[in-house]
Amino acid sequence: MVAASDASVLNGSGAKTLTGPGAHSGKISARDVNVFYGENQALKSVNVGIPERSVMAFIGPSGCGKSTFLRCINRMNDTIAGCRVTGKITLDNEDIYDSKLDVVQLRARVGMVFQKPNPFPKSIFDNIAYGPRIHGLAQSKTDLEGIVTASLKKAGLWDEVKDRLKEQGTGLSGGQQQRLCIARAIAVGPEVILMDEPCSALDPIATARIEELIDDLRKNFTIVIVTHSMQQAARVSQHTAFFHLGSLVEKGETQQIFMAPTDKRTQDYITGRIG
Amino acid sequence: MTDVTVDTGYTSPSISALDPEAVRRRVAQRRAAEWRFQAYGVAAITFGLLCVALLFTVIVAKGWPAFLQSTLKLEVAFDPAVIDPAGKRVTDDIMAADYQALAAAAIYKQLGIAPDDAVATALADGLLSTGADVDLRKLVLADPSIIGKTQSVYLLANGNVDAVLKGAIDRAVPEASRQIKDQQLAWVDQLVTGGRLSKAFNWGLFTRGASSQPETAGLGVAVIGSFFMMITVLLVAVPLGVAAAIYLEEFAAKNRWTDFVEVNISNLAAVPSIVFGLLGLAILINFVGLPRSASLVGGLVLALMTLPTVIIAARAAITAVPPSIRQAALGIGASKMQSIFHHVLPLAMPGILTGTIIGLAKALGETAPLLMIGMVAFVVDYPRTPLDPATALPVQIYMWSTAQERGFVERTSGATMVLLVFLLAMNLIAVILRRRFERKW
Ligand SMILES: Nc1ncnc2c1ncn2[C@@H]1O[C@H](COP(=O)(O)OP(=O)(O)OP(=O)(O)O)[C@@H](O)[C@H]1O
Ligand SMILES: [Mg+2]
Repeated sequence: MVAASDASVLNGSGAKTLTGPGAHSGKISARDVNVFYGENQALKSVNVGIPERSVMAFIGPSGCGKSTFLRCINRMNDTIAGCRVTGKITLDNEDIYDSKLDVVQLRARVGMVFQKPNPFPKSIFDNIAYGPRIHGLAQSKTDLEGIVTASLKKAGLWDEVKDRLKEQGTGLSGGQQQRLCIARAIAVGPEVILMDEPCSALDPIATARIEELIDDLRKNFTIVIVTHSMQQAARVSQHTAFFHLGSLVEKGETQQIFMAPTDKRTQDYITGRIG
Repeated sequence: MTDVTVDTGYTSPSISALDPEAVRRRVAQRRAAEWRFQAYGVAAITFGLLCVALLFTVIVAKGWPAFLQSTLKLEVAFDPAVIDPAGKRVTDDIMAADYQALAAAAIYKQLGIAPDDAVATALADGLLSTGADVDLRKLVLADPSIIGKTQSVYLLANGNVDAVLKGAIDRAVPEASRQIKDQQLAWVDQLVTGGRLSKAFNWGLFTRGASSQPETAGLGVAVIGSFFMMITVLLVAVPLGVAAAIYLEEFAAKNRWTDFVEVNISNLAAVPSIVFGLLGLAILINFVGLPRSASLVGGLVLALMTLPTVIIAARAAITAVPPSIRQAALGIGASKMQSIFHHVLPLAMPGILTGTIIGLAKALGETAPLLMIGMVAFVVDYPRTPLDPATALPVQIYMWSTAQERGFVERTSGATMVLLVFLLAMNLIAVILRRRFERKW
């Protein structure tokens, strides 16, 4: 059942983008990860390396465990009752499931953008300032304003909201809200940003903006994105991993996955035969 | 994504293939059913409103006279020979003086009765409240320099006089079976025409304590007692309830033990209130040794009674906060505590406040448990601390309702009106707070 158990597919194909030396490849590396929801096994022996400062896309049919794996990386699975994770996931060669590791600290380093935009019911400014405030990133009010402005600019939202920072974040349009959430995630200066179908609620124009944004953010962040759109995966990612029924079937450079998939299931999925 | 067509070998019936007549009948039936259902709803609401209207009409009609009180305006001579015969101006002497005699002398003079006419003076005494002396004593204690002077003072008229002025005594009834005699009636008329006897707003209803005379009985002690109890409930039930709700909703593992706790909280909410009174009597008074009739004990018992309401309301409010808000906070590295206190609680606040105020309102109107812990007491003086003997508004209503005098009957309804006003005010506050805190997400 377990396909491509070789964790170093990326070592061969994507070596140019790798910076981390050592046994594990990339910024994040997963070794033999199994996830159980109660009795149900949602992920089976997943091995993958995620290279630094690039975009990796997770694709696969609904229910195959993409979101589950994404949540393993910032340990959001901890908040789900009955969810159990085995195996090893490292961030910069540091085991994130180590009992000495502080989850809160980890989540500050690994930000997350959710499928449905979920701004806080607070002002736009406070939405973004919240993270820096609780992590003590700003020494002064000017500092904080600087962070908010920079984050909004990076998220490509600044021009639209610069005159109404005091207004409710929930009053923005869906696409704007999603960019607000991205700005909120980058305001705490994470190293990794996880995005779970960030464009599924957005129209093509808003989607295009977010895709541009992701391409931009790649310069500074390691990004993992879950998407149902092959085109989106092809457009924004450098690497792609295909999940099927809880297993990671195939992973590699995006071009290779889409042009010359080695596994039959991958081929079927990207040509639309599994769905 | 899929290009497989499903062939089940079964053709689904279509609505357009049905007999139009049958369809029309079905539609008519459905409409009639909907109309009937709405009609039931309107009827239920109308019935409820009518009951409320009836209740309020009866209470207001019976209770409004309690807000007016007949008072006599008399020229009282503060005779040093009566007040302080020793002339030492010692508080004890001043306290002990016979002030009723001063009031009586004033009314004899007003009516032109000789002080040695035993029959007439006895009748004239009957015009005055037997509690008139209390007010005079207060005046003198407040300002002893008044001794030796003559001053215009408003004094309470007797309950029977009050009843005459409010038209509650039928003059056609033969004198022998009337509470008030012909001579007294003549004086009442004389005093009214002379502008000496009239009805005024009854501030005493709110300021006076317990009394065996209706005209000098008031809600003062009960209001203070109820106030102390509400503060106790607020300070005890709200923090405990909200903390319990947060723990159960956000931290506790979902297992058999928490299920057990949960079921028992609901059970606690359904326990008859008198049982809480028994508990207070057994534990707080007999075991801990807190004083009887103290508003602290009452407050603690009511807090215990309100606790499940607060917990249930707070839990409902906390669960109603969308999980996406929690995830958002956790996702940027807020700790669980931070996500709860910065995001969940503020959003749950309107619900928590509403539940709390409804719980408080229920506690304010609660009588039975207070009877058990001895708050049915005859308390004349204001309680200074929650440990002093006190009564509560509903208990006062209950006590007045058992008295026979006409004045107490109207006071029972009057006090009910006061209680209802307090309850309405609390509900209004709940609505305002909910509006203020309400946020959309
Ligand atoms: N909180 C949960 N509790 C129990 N089972 C869950 C939970 N979340 C996911 N699962 C199960 O785990 C499996 C993988 O779910 P997951 O959400 O990771 O799929 P996905 O690939 O993200 O699907 P989609 O593309 O529809 O979002 C599914 O079978 C799902 O039923
Ligand atoms: Mg998903």
